[in-house]
Amino acid sequence: MSQATRKPVLAVGPFHPLQEEMEFFQLTVDGEIVTDIDVRISYNHRGIEKLSETLQFDQVPFLVSRICGICSASHPLAYVQAVEEIAGVTPPERALYVRTIINELERIHSHLLWVGLAGHFIGYDTVFMWAWKYREPVLDLLEEITGNRNNYGNVKVGGCREDVPDELKPKILKELDVIEKKTEMLTKAVLDDPIIHARLKGVGVLTKEDGVKFAVTGPTARGSGIDIDVRHDDPYAAYADLDWSVISQPEGDVFAKAVVRLLETIEAVKIARQAVQKLPKGPVAVEVKEIPPGEGCGHAEAPRGETFHYVRSDGGNRPVRHKVRAPSYVNVPSFRASCIGEHIADVTITLAAVDPCYSCTERIAVVDSHNKILHDYDELLRLSRAKTAQLKKEIGAPEMKLEDF
Amino acid sequence: MNWKLWSLKKSIWVFHVNAGACNNCDIEIVNLLTPRFDVERFGIKLVGSPRHADALLVTGAGTRQAAVRLREVYRQTAKPCVVFCMGACACGTGIFEGGYHIAGPVDKIIKEVDPNAIIAYVPGCPPKPEAMISGVVKALSAL
Amino acid sequence: MKQEELDNRLSEIEGELLGVERTADTRIFLSCESEKVYAVCKFLFEELQLRFVISTGVDAEHCFEVLHHFTNDESGCIVTVKAMIGDRETPELESIAPLIPGAEWIEREMHDILGINFRNHPNLRRLILDDDWPEGVYPLRKDVKV
Repeated sequence: MSQATRKPVLAVGPFHPLQEEMEFFQLTVDGEIVTDIDVRISYNHRGIEKLSETLQFDQVPFLVSRICGICSASHPLAYVQAVEEIAGVTPPERALYVRTIINELERIHSHLLWVGLAGHFIGYDTVFMWAWKYREPVLDLLEEITGNRNNYGNVKVGGCREDVPDELKPKILKELDVIEKKTEMLTKAVLDDPIIHARLKGVGVLTKEDGVKFAVTGPTARGSGIDIDVRHDDPYAAYADLDWSVISQPEGDVFAKAVVRLLETIEAVKIARQAVQKLPKGPVAVEVKEIPPGEGCGHAEAPRGETFHYVRSDGGNRPVRHKVRAPSYVNVPSFRASCIGEHIADVTITLAAVDPCYSCTERIAVVDSHNKILHDYDELLRLSRAKTAQLKKEIGAPEMKLEDF
Repeated sequence: MNWKLWSLKKSIWVFHVNAGACNNCDIEIVNLLTPRFDVERFGIKLVGSPRHADALLVTGAGTRQAAVRLREVYRQTAKPCVVFCMGACACGTGIFEGGYHIAGPVDKIIKEVDPNAIIAYVPGCPPKPEAMISGVVKALSAL
Repeated sequence: MKQEELDNRLSEIEGELLGVERTADTRIFLSCESEKVYAVCKFLFEELQLRFVISTGVDAEHCFEVLHHFTNDESGCIVTVKAMIGDRETPELESIAPLIPGAEWIEREMHDILGINFRNHPNLRRLILDDDWPEGVYPLRKDVKV
């Protein structure tokens, strides 16, 4: 414990404008190297699993859609898949394709969001503004399809609530082309930038072995050579019918995770495009009259990793038990393995590499520290950006060029 | 109208507080800074400390753990200040009503510290950035 | 490993189990007594190299249940170990966190919301309930109403 050993403690959190959730990491340092981390979470705990037991099966998707704003399509999908398993129901093919389109659009805007935030943390505010600017057309598309930029409310047990109108298909395809072009340009600019290489390579390494021990998932896992992806391993929606690849990198550092997310965004465009082009005719839902007793497990590959829902029914019209596991629940603790031994200037970007969605974990951490705060979050951010500035001076590379900004 | 409120209307510095939100509202708030909405051209600036803020943008239903910190942040915020409840959860706990870990909604938590607090409500789940800007403008015009 | 190999290997621990239920080709539930849970999980994690997903604690009214969910990514099979804890007064289970660090948080959570004690857990402190939450009140128990 830090008090017993009198080691200095850095508090990261609880409020910062660009760290959307309240989370309190207590870092113990020796000089400027992190030696231990404690994470206390509770801020965002809203008691969703208990609330689920008071709702009918068809009302739960609206609740779980609001576990996290950026995994807003994945949670309800995993949940309804669990219930469909209990009921022995298969949604119609068109519903599976609509689910795929919406989930891939979500992946695109979530990964672009991440790229923007990561850029901000290392001092590339142009990347931040640019990535968030090009998220907007994706949100507009989602609004046109589902009625909302976030919280789509589109899945239900048995299929989808709303169809993708055929008249909208040409517009979706056209927008996907634009998004693809912009993302490819951003990817190239980021991957070719020698300063970003120097800044992110070898930083915040999560070894494959640690990744397995912490049971990580999503780009956090795939960036450490753990080749898992629910869309491929236990295909759901229309993924088994479409031509796409799982993206992984072996190095385990922040750069590898950035590469995985960027390339996945381009892959997501390809999947969405195929799903739109091959959208089969037919209804988007089957009627489900009742849920028999039983238990089901549903999982989906959210942008951050696997969301897993376990549902138990006793034949009534409400779940008897509903367990929600968001990807960040297993990814955030792995920050211990990737951050210990790192310099404090790299703490913010190492944490960001996990792409923590604290909301998903239904918690925000706060630790009441009685130790003196040496550096607050602003200071850690400043250190991170200063390190980049120093590298820029040493390497002397030109400013990153991003078209159309 | 005193000179403090007048200067507030010229440029407003806001501090964002997540009181147990799902992130949707929070991201839409950050979106306000990005090129499409670009609220900085209206003088609205996101600051890193409540001590510099004229307004608090509060999201979330107000969980028990967050409530303690929210009250502390309100106390630290320079007065006069306006508390904006952004989103359905902040306005009235939204879909999380009855949850065992909910201490909110936000106005109830703030009024425990200051019964005369100035509170504005921007509903939506999440409110679109345009709605947030509209809410801020309306509230300031009413002051 | 392929599903066929997984099915064969699972038969190696049948002696430790109370029952095996297959709700689908790739959904298997292994019931066992609470004393056997650690050994079964060790077999799945170390021998079969299944990935730990999460655990679910359930107040099943006559007992508590702890479900440890694992997955075989190659075949998409979810294997759930289901332990029954008959003692409702002092529910306890051997922690699997020393074996799988990824299980640390969820056992702390089950301790908070259901009051289950995990023996030999490296760090069984409060996780998700707030600092002022009353002791002895476990929100996910059925007798606690929303």
